Amino acid sequence: MATDAASTGVTGTTRVKRGMADMLKGGVIMDVVNVEQAKIAEDAGAIAVMALERVPADIRAQGGVARMSDPTMIDEIIQAVSIPVMAKARIGHFVEAQVIQSLGVDYIDESEVLTPADYINHIDKWAFTVPFVCGATNLGEALRRINEGAAMIRSKGEAGTGDVSNATGHIRTIKGEIRRLSSMSKDELYVAAKELQAPYDLVCEVAEKGALPVVLFTAGGIATPADAAMMMQLGADGVFVGSGIFKSGDPIKRANAIVQATLHFDNPDEIAKASRGLGEAMVGINVADIPVPHRLAERGW
Amino acid sequence: MSPVIGVLAIQGDVREHARCLEQLDVDVRLVKTAEQLKGIAGLVIPGGESTTMSILAVKNNLFGPLRELRTQIPMYGSCAGLIMLADAISDGRADQETIGGLNITAKRNAFGRQVDSFEIDLHIPAIGEPDYHAVFIRAPLVEAASSAVEVLAAIPADKSLTGTDQVVAVRQGNLMATSFHPEITSDLRIHKYFVDMVRSA
Repeated sequence: MATDAASTGVTGTTRVKRGMADMLKGGVIMDVVNVEQAKIAEDAGAIAVMALERVPADIRAQGGVARMSDPTMIDEIIQAVSIPVMAKARIGHFVEAQVIQSLGVDYIDESEVLTPADYINHIDKWAFTVPFVCGATNLGEALRRINEGAAMIRSKGEAGTGDVSNATGHIRTIKGEIRRLSSMSKDELYVAAKELQAPYDLVCEVAEKGALPVVLFTAGGIATPADAAMMMQLGADGVFVGSGIFKSGDPIKRANAIVQATLHFDNPDEIAKASRGLGEAMVGINVADIPVPHRLAERGW
Repeated sequence: MSPVIGVLAIQGDVREHARCLEQLDVDVRLVKTAEQLKGIAGLVIPGGESTTMSILAVKNNLFGPLRELRTQIPMYGSCAGLIMLADAISDGRADQETIGGLNITAKRNAFGRQVDSFEIDLHIPAIGEPDYHAVFIRAPLVEAASSAVEVLAAIPADKSLTGTDQVVAVRQGNLMATSFHPEITSDLRIHKYFVDMVRSA
């Protein structure tokens, strides 16, 4: 909703929401669970932090229902850093989103990492002034989220695993489907829209631009500098790193290294330099070993 | 021969600035290292996150060469770029370094957080009519400026909730900066103004 703020300009427009994500391009967004981690992330050169109570690896290990974080904890992180702060709401939980907006976070992640609150509907994101990022495993899912008002997309990967294979699969799928649309003749786009289960107008826009109308980050299983650089080379605009940093042996070193590798993603010498002496990576779980009902990427519809 | 204009490519709205400049018949070079700064005739510092940009410029040893270069070639900073060119920052991290050169104090996130980001039409005499549609995202403000600084644009007092003029675009010699993001609109007049500065430098 457009409201007056510090000037009589118009707030909450699609342009300022999508533009905010544009400013994050080329950056690393790190999951943090407290002020200390948020400061480590900022010092390492993270472009933003995601404030949450448990990183995905712990949500996986501990089980139970995962929900929005305590507002006090989000407030403390907002106070502690000068970079943007994001927070997660459950899929479809529009009241958690209202609460997070009222705290003044800069971006809401409607996230499959938390337990969904609605197995049919996602949040109507147009109703908010704060912008949203949503996960997607393929182009159709990405366009449905954009149609609901998402101003940024992240490919999902499989959060909390340290196994990058699903992140690779999802970004390749999304990029590949975009290329396929671009090569189609105009009269084929009607059926393409039907097959993607996505709005025709958005399908046409993607076909013409050869890109999503919003920024595309990648997430889920990124644990090393080389993982991050690979995502960038595959065409991501930036990366989310969740458990990969603070579940590793030396978070400060690893946070710095992943940021450097993302910046110099096309320079193997720099990636090599960033990869030296980082200590233990997060232990990790192979996605193939996770029974299907426990795979987070399959949440969202 | 077209001049080569660099875009500092640490992070942020790099692609959009490059696209705007390419439409104005200049050669664009994305710059991440000191080596890549050599031979450029102008430099754009894009919108992004000033804290991150500053931290990464320190880690990648870019401040020395950038400070040297600012006295030699025109530079233009949008949003985070304005902060990077400011001599002083208020409301930033105490240790936030800048390239400097503009005798201004930049106030970070002066309009509030992301929910307060906005669009507004601005009168900018230097680029002529009509008014310029400006997009502000977690934008900084020029809180104070020395007499050496030319004000290119301000949000007039009757439209700002502070009740005073809010300075959002400035120039001092070869350096210029805007609080807003011309790179995400299709109006190229701000970029053209900068390219003209480069061509006549």
